[in-house]
Amino acid sequence: MITCAEAVRQLWDYLDGIVDETQREAIEEHLGFCRRCCGEVEFAEELRRFLATHPEADLPDDARARLVATLEQLEKQS
Amino acid sequence: MVRADEPDGHAARQRGGFQALAEGELPRLYRVARGLVGDEAEDAVQDALLKGYRSYGQLEDPAAAPAWLTAILVNGCRDRMRAQARQPKLVELDEVEEFSLFRRIADEDPFPYSDSLHLDFLQQFGAEDVRAVLAGLPERYRVPLVLVYCEGYHVKEVAFFLDVPLGTMLARLHRGRKLFERRLWDYAQEYGLLQEGAKR
Repeated sequence: MITCAEAVRQLWDYLDGIVDETQREAIEEHLGFCRRCCGEVEFAEELRRFLATHPEADLPDDARARLVATLEQLEKQS
Repeated sequence: MVRADEPDGHAARQRGGFQALAEGELPRLYRVARGLVGDEAEDAVQDALLKGYRSYGQLEDPAAAPAWLTAILVNGCRDRMRAQARQPKLVELDEVEEFSLFRRIADEDPFPYSDSLHLDFLQQFGAEDVRAVLAGLPERYRVPLVLVYCEGYHVKEVAFFLDVPLGTMLARLHRGRKLFERRLWDYAQEYGLLQEGAKR
Protein backbone atom coordinates (compact mmCIF):
# COMPACT_ATOMS: atom_id res chain seq x y z
CA MET A 1 0.00 0.00 0.00
CA ILE A 2 1.51 3.36 -0.99
CA THR A 3 1.03 6.69 0.78
CA CYS A 4 -0.47 9.86 -0.72
CA ALA A 5 3.02 11.39 -1.04
CA GLU A 6 4.26 8.37 -2.97
CA ALA A 7 1.18 8.33 -5.20
CA VAL A 8 1.40 12.06 -5.96
CA ARG A 9 5.10 11.77 -6.78
CA GLN A 10 4.28 9.27 -9.52
CA LEU A 11 1.03 10.71 -10.87
CA TRP A 12 2.40 12.37 -13.98
CA ASP A 13 4.52 9.36 -14.85
CA TYR A 14 1.37 7.30 -14.38
CA LEU A 15 -0.56 9.57 -16.75
CA ASP A 16 2.33 9.49 -19.21
CA GLY A 17 2.20 5.69 -19.18
CA ILE A 18 5.82 5.33 -18.13
CA VAL A 19 5.38 3.53 -14.80
CA ASP A 20 5.85 -0.22 -14.66
CA GLU A 21 3.01 -2.64 -14.06
CA THR A 22 3.64 -2.91 -10.31
CA GLN A 23 3.69 0.88 -9.85
CA ARG A 24 0.56 1.28 -11.97
CA GLU A 25 -1.34 -1.25 -9.86
CA ALA A 26 -0.18 0.39 -6.62
CA ILE A 27 -1.30 3.84 -7.82
CA GLU A 28 -4.66 2.58 -9.02
CA GLU A 29 -5.20 0.77 -5.74
CA HIS A 30 -4.47 4.00 -3.90
CA LEU A 31 -6.76 6.02 -6.18
CA GLY A 32 -9.51 3.50 -5.48
CA PHE A 33 -9.99 4.82 -1.96
CA CYS A 34 -8.28 8.27 -1.83
CA ARG A 35 -10.52 11.08 -3.08
CA ARG A 36 -7.88 13.71 -2.55
CA CYS A 37 -5.41 11.94 -4.83
CA CYS A 38 -8.18 11.49 -7.41
CA GLY A 39 -8.44 15.27 -7.37
CA GLU A 40 -4.68 15.46 -7.90
CA VAL A 41 -4.98 13.16 -10.93
CA GLU A 42 -7.78 15.23 -12.45
CA PHE A 43 -5.79 18.41 -11.94
CA ALA A 44 -2.64 16.84 -13.43
CA GLU A 45 -4.72 15.92 -16.50
CA GLU A 46 -5.97 19.51 -16.69
CA LEU A 47 -2.41 20.81 -16.47
CA ARG A 48 -1.34 18.49 -19.31
CA ARG A 49 -4.22 19.78 -21.45
CA PHE A 50 -3.35 23.32 -20.42
CA LEU A 51 0.22 22.91 -21.72
CA ALA A 52 -0.89 21.10 -24.88
CA THR A 53 -3.41 23.79 -25.77
CA HIS A 54 -0.97 26.66 -25.56
CA PRO A 55 0.66 26.05 -28.92
CA GLU A 56 3.26 28.37 -30.29
CA ALA A 57 2.60 30.62 -33.27
CA ASP A 58 2.69 29.17 -36.77
CA LEU A 59 5.60 29.98 -39.05
CA PRO A 60 4.97 33.49 -40.43
CA ASP A 61 5.11 33.86 -44.21
CA ASP A 62 8.02 36.31 -44.14
CA ALA A 63 10.10 34.07 -41.86
CA ARG A 64 9.33 31.09 -44.11
CA ALA A 65 10.47 33.08 -47.16
CA ARG A 66 13.78 33.98 -45.47
CA LEU A 67 14.44 30.41 -44.35
CA VAL A 68 13.61 28.99 -47.79
CA ALA A 69 15.98 31.57 -49.32
CA THR A 70 18.70 30.29 -46.97
CA LEU A 71 18.09 26.73 -48.17
CA GLU A 72 18.17 27.78 -51.80
CA GLN A 73 21.44 29.60 -51.28
CA LEU A 74 22.95 26.54 -49.62
CA GLU A 75 21.88 24.34 -52.51
CA LYS A 76 23.36 26.78 -55.02
CA GLN A 77 26.71 26.59 -53.24
CA SER A 78 26.81 22.81 -53.47
CA MET B 1 24.91 36.01 -46.94
CA VAL B 2 24.90 32.36 -46.07
CA ARG B 3 28.21 30.59 -45.72
CA ALA B 4 28.58 26.88 -45.25
CA ASP B 5 31.15 24.19 -45.77
CA GLU B 6 30.60 21.76 -48.56
CA PRO B 7 28.71 18.70 -47.38
CA ASP B 8 30.17 15.33 -48.24
CA GLY B 9 28.93 11.74 -48.51
CA HIS B 10 26.14 10.05 -50.39
CA ALA B 11 23.37 12.39 -49.33
CA ALA B 12 25.22 15.37 -50.75
CA ARG B 13 25.10 13.74 -54.12
CA GLN B 14 21.33 13.85 -53.98
CA ARG B 15 21.14 17.42 -55.11
CA GLY B 16 18.29 19.23 -53.43
CA GLY B 17 17.82 16.42 -50.91
CA PHE B 18 18.53 18.55 -47.88
CA GLN B 19 16.41 21.41 -49.15
CA ALA B 20 13.44 19.10 -49.75
CA LEU B 21 13.79 17.60 -46.28
CA ALA B 22 14.28 20.88 -44.43
CA GLU B 23 11.60 22.83 -46.27
CA GLY B 24 8.97 20.29 -45.30
CA GLU B 25 10.11 20.42 -41.68
CA LEU B 26 10.17 24.21 -41.35
CA PRO B 27 6.74 24.69 -39.71
CA ARG B 28 7.46 22.02 -37.10
CA LEU B 29 11.01 23.23 -36.45
CA TYR B 30 9.82 26.81 -36.05
CA ARG B 31 7.10 25.82 -33.59
CA VAL B 32 9.58 23.84 -31.48
CA ALA B 33 12.03 26.76 -31.53
CA ARG B 34 9.28 29.22 -30.52
CA GLY B 35 8.51 27.06 -27.51
CA LEU B 36 12.15 26.95 -26.50
CA VAL B 37 13.64 30.34 -27.37
CA GLY B 38 10.64 32.57 -28.20
CA ASP B 39 11.53 35.51 -30.40
CA GLU B 40 14.88 33.97 -31.35
CA ALA B 41 13.10 31.11 -33.11
CA GLU B 42 13.86 32.15 -36.67
CA ASP B 43 17.57 32.62 -35.90
CA ALA B 44 17.67 29.26 -34.14
CA VAL B 45 16.09 27.51 -37.12
CA GLN B 46 18.49 29.24 -39.50
CA ASP B 47 21.46 28.04 -37.39
CA ALA B 48 20.04 24.51 -37.42
CA LEU B 49 19.70 24.59 -41.22
CA LEU B 50 23.33 25.62 -41.61
CA LYS B 51 24.60 22.97 -39.20
CA GLY B 52 22.32 20.36 -40.71
CA TYR B 53 23.46 21.14 -44.23
CA ARG B 54 27.11 20.74 -43.26
CA SER B 55 26.63 17.28 -41.75
CA TYR B 56 23.83 15.97 -43.95
CA GLY B 57 26.28 13.78 -45.86
CA GLN B 58 27.06 11.82 -42.71
CA LEU B 59 23.45 10.84 -42.20
CA GLU B 60 23.09 7.18 -43.15
CA ASP B 61 19.38 6.62 -42.65
CA PRO B 62 17.17 9.10 -44.53
CA ALA B 63 14.18 8.02 -42.44
CA ALA B 64 15.94 9.40 -39.36
CA ALA B 65 16.40 12.82 -40.93
CA PRO B 66 13.49 14.65 -39.20
CA ALA B 67 14.59 13.49 -35.73
CA TRP B 68 18.22 14.23 -36.58
CA LEU B 69 17.41 17.78 -37.69
CA THR B 70 15.22 18.29 -34.61
CA ALA B 71 18.10 17.20 -32.37
CA ILE B 72 20.37 19.78 -34.03
CA LEU B 73 17.74 22.47 -33.48
CA VAL B 74 17.05 21.54 -29.86
CA ASN B 75 20.73 21.58 -28.96
CA GLY B 76 21.22 24.94 -30.64
CA CYS B 77 18.25 26.28 -28.68
CA ARG B 78 19.74 24.96 -25.45
CA ASP B 79 22.87 26.99 -26.04
CA ARG B 80 20.75 30.10 -26.50
CA MET B 81 18.63 29.35 -23.43
CA ARG B 82 21.42 28.74 -20.96
CA ALA B 83 22.19 32.41 -20.60
CA GLN B 84 18.55 33.53 -20.41
CA ALA B 85 16.80 31.59 -17.68
CA ARG B 86 16.69 32.44 -14.03
CA GLN B 87 18.55 29.68 -12.21
CA PRO B 88 16.63 28.13 -9.33
CA LYS B 89 18.18 28.32 -5.91
CA LEU B 90 19.08 24.96 -4.43
CA VAL B 91 16.55 25.52 -1.67
CA GLU B 92 13.85 26.11 -4.32
CA LEU B 93 14.64 22.78 -5.97
CA ASP B 94 14.34 21.03 -2.61
CA GLU B 95 11.03 22.75 -1.89
CA VAL B 96 9.43 22.00 -5.25
CA GLU B 97 9.79 18.27 -4.69
CA GLU B 98 7.10 18.50 -2.04
CA PHE B 99 5.08 21.25 -3.72
CA SER B 100 1.61 20.43 -5.01
CA LEU B 101 -0.18 23.16 -6.94
CA PHE B 102 -3.43 21.25 -6.50
CA ARG B 103 -3.11 21.34 -2.72
CA ARG B 104 -1.86 24.93 -2.65
CA ILE B 105 -4.90 26.14 -4.59
CA ALA B 106 -7.24 24.14 -2.37
CA ASP B 107 -5.58 25.40 0.82
CA GLU B 108 -5.37 29.07 -0.22
CA ASP B 109 -8.80 29.06 -1.91
CA PRO B 110 -8.22 32.18 -4.03
CA PHE B 111 -11.74 32.17 -5.52
CA PRO B 112 -14.06 31.51 -2.55
CA TYR B 113 -17.26 31.58 -4.63
CA SER B 114 -15.99 29.24 -7.31
CA ASP B 115 -17.21 25.67 -7.67
CA SER B 116 -14.40 24.88 -10.12
CA LEU B 117 -11.50 26.36 -8.20
CA HIS B 118 -8.62 24.61 -9.95
CA LEU B 119 -9.93 25.22 -13.45
CA ASP B 120 -10.56 28.86 -12.61
CA PHE B 121 -6.97 29.17 -11.48
CA LEU B 122 -5.64 27.90 -14.83
CA GLN B 123 -8.04 30.12 -16.75
CA GLN B 124 -6.38 33.22 -15.33
CA PHE B 125 -3.36 32.49 -17.53
CA GLY B 126 -3.23 33.78 -21.07
CA ALA B 127 -0.84 32.48 -23.71
CA GLU B 128 1.70 35.21 -22.88
CA ASP B 129 1.60 34.31 -19.19
CA VAL B 130 2.25 30.64 -19.91
CA ARG B 131 5.07 31.57 -22.26
CA ALA B 132 6.61 33.79 -19.58
CA VAL B 133 6.46 31.06 -16.94
CA LEU B 134 8.02 28.51 -19.29
CA ALA B 135 10.66 30.99 -20.40
CA GLY B 136 11.70 31.48 -16.79
CA LEU B 137 12.54 27.81 -16.28
CA PRO B 138 16.16 26.68 -16.57
CA GLU B 139 16.80 25.08 -19.95
CA ARG B 140 17.48 21.61 -18.54
CA TYR B 141 13.89 21.52 -17.29
CA ARG B 142 12.18 23.65 -19.91
CA VAL B 143 13.33 21.59 -22.88
CA PRO B 144 11.79 18.26 -21.77
CA LEU B 145 8.64 20.01 -20.54
CA VAL B 146 8.02 21.91 -23.78
CA LEU B 147 8.89 19.02 -26.08
CA VAL B 148 6.84 16.40 -24.24
CA TYR B 149 3.79 18.36 -23.09
CA CYS B 150 3.52 21.25 -25.54
CA GLU B 151 4.82 19.55 -28.68
CA GLY B 152 3.77 15.98 -27.96
CA TYR B 153 7.10 14.20 -28.45
CA HIS B 154 7.58 10.84 -26.75
CA VAL B 155 9.99 10.79 -23.80
CA LYS B 156 12.31 8.45 -25.73
CA GLU B 157 12.51 10.87 -28.65
CA VAL B 158 13.40 13.71 -26.29
CA ALA B 159 16.11 11.60 -24.65
CA PHE B 160 17.51 11.05 -28.16
CA PHE B 161 17.41 14.78 -28.97
CA LEU B 162 19.25 15.59 -25.75
CA ASP B 163 21.59 12.61 -26.03
CA VAL B 164 20.99 11.61 -22.41
CA PRO B 165 19.83 8.31 -20.86
CA LEU B 166 16.07 7.95 -20.57
CA GLY B 167 16.30 7.96 -16.76
CA THR B 168 18.08 11.31 -16.80
CA MET B 169 15.45 12.78 -19.10
CA LEU B 170 12.61 11.48 -16.92
CA ALA B 171 14.22 12.95 -13.81
CA ARG B 172 14.48 16.35 -15.53
CA LEU B 173 10.90 16.09 -16.72
CA HIS B 174 9.72 15.33 -13.19
CA ARG B 175 11.67 18.24 -11.73
CA GLY B 176 10.50 20.49 -14.56
CA ARG B 177 6.82 19.73 -13.86
CA LYS B 178 7.22 20.50 -10.20
CA LEU B 179 9.13 23.70 -10.89
CA PHE B 180 6.51 24.71 -13.47
CA GLU B 181 3.71 24.21 -10.92
CA ARG B 182 5.59 26.24 -8.35
CA ARG B 183 6.35 29.06 -10.79
CA LEU B 184 2.71 29.15 -11.98
CA TRP B 185 1.66 29.84 -8.43
CA ASP B 186 4.40 32.43 -7.87
CA TYR B 187 3.58 34.13 -11.19
CA ALA B 188 -0.13 34.30 -10.36
CA GLN B 189 0.68 36.00 -7.09
CA GLU B 190 3.33 38.31 -8.48
CA TYR B 191 1.14 39.56 -11.34
CA GLY B 192 -2.10 39.77 -9.39
CA LEU B 193 -3.93 37.07 -11.36
CA LEU B 194 -5.60 35.77 -8.22
CA GLN B 195 -7.01 39.13 -7.19
CA GLU B 196 -8.24 39.81 -10.73
CA GLY B 197 -9.87 36.39 -10.95
CA ALA B 198 -11.54 36.79 -7.59
CA LYS B 199 -13.26 39.98 -8.79
CA ARG B 200 -14.97 38.24 -11.72
